[in-house]
Amino acid sequence: MALTVSSRRRSPRRSRRRSRRLAADAGLLAFAAAFALPLAWVVLSSLDPQADLRVKAPDGLTLDNFDAILTSEITFTPLLNSLILCGSATLLTVVCAALAAYPLSRFRSRLNRPFLLTILFATSLPITAIMVPVYALFVQVDLIDTMQGTILFFAASQLPFAIWLMKNFMDGVPKELEEAAWTDGASSLQSLIRIVLPLMGPGVSVVTVFSFVMMWGNFFVPFMLLLSPDQMPASVSINEFFGNRGMVAYGQLAAFSIVYSTPVILLYVLIARRLGGGFALGGAVKG
Amino acid sequence: MTTAAPHATDGPGAAKSPSGPPASRPPAPPRVPRGLTRALPVAPAVILLLLFLAGPIAYCAYIAFTDLQLTGQAESSFVGFENFRTAFQDEEFLNAVWLTLVFTVVSSLIGQNTLGLALASLMQRASKPVRTLTGGIVITAWVLPEVVAGFLLYAFFRREGTLNAVLDWLHLPSQNWLFALPILAVSFANVWRGTAFSMLVYSAALNEIPKEITEAAEVDGAGGWRRMWHITLPMIRRSIGTNLMLNTLQTLSVFGLIWVMTRGGPGDKSQTLPLFMYEQAFQNSLIGYATAVALLLLLVGSLFSVVYMRLLRTEV
Repeated sequence: MALTVSSRRRSPRRSRRRSRRLAADAGLLAFAAAFALPLAWVVLSSLDPQADLRVKAPDGLTLDNFDAILTSEITFTPLLNSLILCGSATLLTVVCAALAAYPLSRFRSRLNRPFLLTILFATSLPITAIMVPVYALFVQVDLIDTMQGTILFFAASQLPFAIWLMKNFMDGVPKELEEAAWTDGASSLQSLIRIVLPLMGPGVSVVTVFSFVMMWGNFFVPFMLLLSPDQMPASVSINEFFGNRGMVAYGQLAAFSIVYSTPVILLYVLIARRLGGGFALGGAVKG
Repeated sequence: MTTAAPHATDGPGAAKSPSGPPASRPPAPPRVPRGLTRALPVAPAVILLLLFLAGPIAYCAYIAFTDLQLTGQAESSFVGFENFRTAFQDEEFLNAVWLTLVFTVVSSLIGQNTLGLALASLMQRASKPVRTLTGGIVITAWVLPEVVAGFLLYAFFRREGTLNAVLDWLHLPSQNWLFALPILAVSFANVWRGTAFSMLVYSAALNEIPKEITEAAEVDGAGGWRRMWHITLPMIRRSIGTNLMLNTLQTLSVFGLIWVMTRGGPGDKSQTLPLFMYEQAFQNSLIGYATAVALLLLLVGSLFSVVYMRLLRTEV
């Protein structure tokens, strides 16, 4: 008797739960479809010999669009420039951030708190706002239109967030392991390189990938600081090639977008896997 | 020195005075330059930040008060608050402020924030494959380079683009979005691009709410909306604050997306402050004036930044 009552009571609740799940699935799929439309356009158009501006089944599959853009002028030089620019700046950012995070995480000092507060403040400053003065400054000190100037500025603009993340990751590495090394006479630098950094591999890769992805997609900084076309990274050159030509070669534009976006998507997948679910960035920002 | 003096004069009474700091310090061998060598690794970062971040900000604060121009001017002179006075009488500037406000409220406060929360809470209940698929698509939109996102949404909103195709198919009136409602089009573009961040923040926050609490509320008969309002939202309010702050700061500095989609046009109908600043500096050659606008933007950003720091205060 009791059994039948309880099972009868449970079944409507379970079915309600199932119908709620179905409703949630349907809602999510509707959002997913809306978000997917522009992405579908870029994928389909890149394979379409007669691409236009709307999502449609391709008139036939072709790789001609990719063929047309895989030249040194359109693709290889800009991508190489992007790689040099973002690679060097990321390297600089990560090295400086790791060095700076070490004393902040390991030693207590009266200056730590004000320093960290300043860093936190700087992470959220709108970099866009200072680009005009940076341009004026770079003209005066002759750094305008140079790779090294742009690299240094990129690194500096990404550094606050990188230090903040790096310090938080470093706090997670227990101090005891290093203390053994210190008594054996290892210097701070040695214990940082030999002990701390290897232990926080995932943390370092998150900082690296995050910095790189941010710079790879950044348009405004190179747009302002670089002038000569042969130095332009892909983020600016795509605009020059397709934006200024009145956007006629939609298939080629789509193909180039895919070639240019693939590295950052792959990198993101890499760290998302590594951290289980990809919620780390949200979590890291949340603190 | 100042702390040491009272100890010496107090004599036997010194035990009463707060002698905490010296006693609690670890018994490490006291060497004077140690603090310096320890701080040495911070030096490269500090130098880089001073030269390339603090420097430009200071320079910004300086040239905002001059009449510096792009070319053909040997020296600039100090003009006081002239640039700011000009700005607040400049119709175009006020238009840009208004559009920035619309852009921020529509795309960040309403769009990304609400949609992100909706997606995150739907994800709590949805089945795993749907969750993964939706998460993947939304995050892809976020990871794409800004300019690519701009081109994709340009194609989407164009008169002959996908949105109108869909509207035709649904027998709804179509519209030349980029011409008639450019600020709305770029706002939606920013929602498309930026919602993933809110979704990630809220998913993390919702996962931290203990199951027992929602289940208890459910047993007590609280419906979906009431649970959301009385339990979920209060429990994640810190995340809401953080998310709103970061979204707003991000949105205030959007340039590439709007530049690619509309160039601020037609006319100045989608010219937000960053685009206005750019136009003043490079089309009108008024670096001083543009920098004054930049300084205002920077001040607004700093204000948000300070609020954000107060939200995170306990964690430093």
